[in-house]
Amino acid sequence: MTTDDALFTAEETTAMREPVLQARGIVKRYGPVTALASGDLELYPGEILAVIGDNGAGKTSLIKALCGAIIPDSGEILLDGQQVRFRNPMEARLAGIETVYQSLAVAPGLDIADNLFLGREERKSGVLGSVFRMLDKKHMRSEARRHMSELGIATLQNIGQAVESLSGGQRQAVAVARSAAFGSKVVILDEPTAALGVKEGQRVLQLIRDVRDRGLPVILISHNMPHVFEVADRIHIQRLGRRATVITPQSHTMSEAVAIMTGAAEPPPPVA
Amino acid sequence: MANDPTSGGATATAPTPDAPGFDERRTATPLQRIQQLLHAQPILGPLAVLVIAIIAFSLVSGRFLSTANLGLVLAQVTVIAALALGQTLVILTAGIDLSVGAIAVFSSILMANTATKLGVPGPLALILGLVLGTAMGAFNGFLVTRFKLPPFIVTLGTLSIFFSLNSVVSRSETIRGADMPTIMTALGDNAFSLGGFRVTWGSIVMLAMFAFFFYALGNTAWGKHVYATGDDIEAARLAGIRTDRVLLSVYTVAGLIYAIGAWILMGRLASASPNVGIEYNLDSITAVVLGGTSLFGGRGLVLGTLVGALIVGVFRNGLALGGVDVVWQGTAIGLLVLVAVAIDQWIRKVRA
Repeated sequence: MTTDDALFTAEETTAMREPVLQARGIVKRYGPVTALASGDLELYPGEILAVIGDNGAGKTSLIKALCGAIIPDSGEILLDGQQVRFRNPMEARLAGIETVYQSLAVAPGLDIADNLFLGREERKSGVLGSVFRMLDKKHMRSEARRHMSELGIATLQNIGQAVESLSGGQRQAVAVARSAAFGSKVVILDEPTAALGVKEGQRVLQLIRDVRDRGLPVILISHNMPHVFEVADRIHIQRLGRRATVITPQSHTMSEAVAIMTGAAEPPPPVA
Repeated sequence: MANDPTSGGATATAPTPDAPGFDERRTATPLQRIQQLLHAQPILGPLAVLVIAIIAFSLVSGRFLSTANLGLVLAQVTVIAALALGQTLVILTAGIDLSVGAIAVFSSILMANTATKLGVPGPLALILGLVLGTAMGAFNGFLVTRFKLPPFIVTLGTLSIFFSLNSVVSRSETIRGADMPTIMTALGDNAFSLGGFRVTWGSIVMLAMFAFFFYALGNTAWGKHVYATGDDIEAARLAGIRTDRVLLSVYTVAGLIYAIGAWILMGRLASASPNVGIEYNLDSITAVVLGGTSLFGGRGLVLGTLVGALIVGVFRNGLALGGVDVVWQGTAIGLLVLVAVAIDQWIRKVRA
């Protein structure tokens, strides 16, 4: 086993490592409706795990439970082998799980630096910070610039630019940069390419790879099969409130994955 | 790849087929440049209106630019500017406060009545009024955050409640300044005078409040959270901001600002009257809107509101000096408001 925590192949990862994030038997009901019958998921270090499934398969409920947006009725979530219970998204975030929501959760009127630090602003040291609550704008801006350029998004002209003046792909880049900057354990991306054009979608896929290559495992929820097969190391297929199986882009084709997803084909035993 | 001008695809928020790529700059028409400039520096529009108005009225009337008249304009806008400051905070959160006039007038009635009828010492009665005004603001915030009621409805209800309680407490009687402890009307006294340009303590308090909130909104996490909450409350919540706390703090602080406005008001009128203040609701909103703060929340500056209040004051004063009948003042202010809102809508459509 290598001590370098850069890239691992899916086989190495699953064979040699403990999952960073694990869900076991998560159940979520809404009145008489069972959204999630038994949510199971394992995310290993250094991988991109795609989660696919038809509408109503329970992938949203599963992901929401992982990022603290809903509280499951039963089941358990383990982060680095420790059981965790998130009552709200902030608790998940403090535990190191950063989520980029489909709605992006950026404040359009605030600038890029403000958005990167939204909800965890840094104050100046000394009296200015403690008594006058003054923000350390200079430091936050330089940090924001550093985070953006680490992910190869240094092309943005101005870190003080309002987010609403950015294109969809640039906004996505800001949201991903925020999650990569602050996520210490896991980054969850919900449909990051759904609203983007071809070129911008490709840019965001590269961003996702960059995040993984910097050592953060990524959960990617997407309906876009070509994107899933392009970046995922493993593909978790959710069906009828359960995990049908886990495949890899090498083991199955896109149409086979869709067949499993829709129930047209028997799910093979999971690769992990 | 992003330099390719054909880079395209619709984006989440701009339903245009030619959304720019990652690092693309596009050329803009002069009108778009103005739009972008106003978008980036929203204070410029109101400031331009104020300067043009001052120049125009000084041409109309030679007395307009006299130090005495300018002092009068400042005194006239002080109360509205103070109330509009609280209104600005509420509007920044995409809310609206219709109870601003009611809270201010009721606070002044509470201050004056506890001092004169109950014999409470002046400073104590003043503090009591400030606390109760703050509590009225907090009550608005409680209803908005706890019961998720629209701010318009909440403050419409409390407007009615506070004005009614105001009539009960005051028995519809005006209390003269001479009957009150001197501290109640102290803010109407002149702080200094520069060759006829008189500045009251009330104006100084008002300007100090603007300076304070200019700082708080621009340089503290609270300020950023106020903007983020008003911009997109769901996004702010997902980003980990406790939006209910932000909203409650805004309505509460607004209540305190209105109560301080009540103190300034008593100094200005040299009395505490239960019958003033209805027009303060709309005047405060007018000042906020003229100052370039968006009624949709999330953008605007307190300094804009100060300029907006000055625009209202300059227009009323200038039109009067120019011999325009008082009844036309409302028309002029109303047209200004409509233009300001139209420009706001236009600026919001800006694209990079």
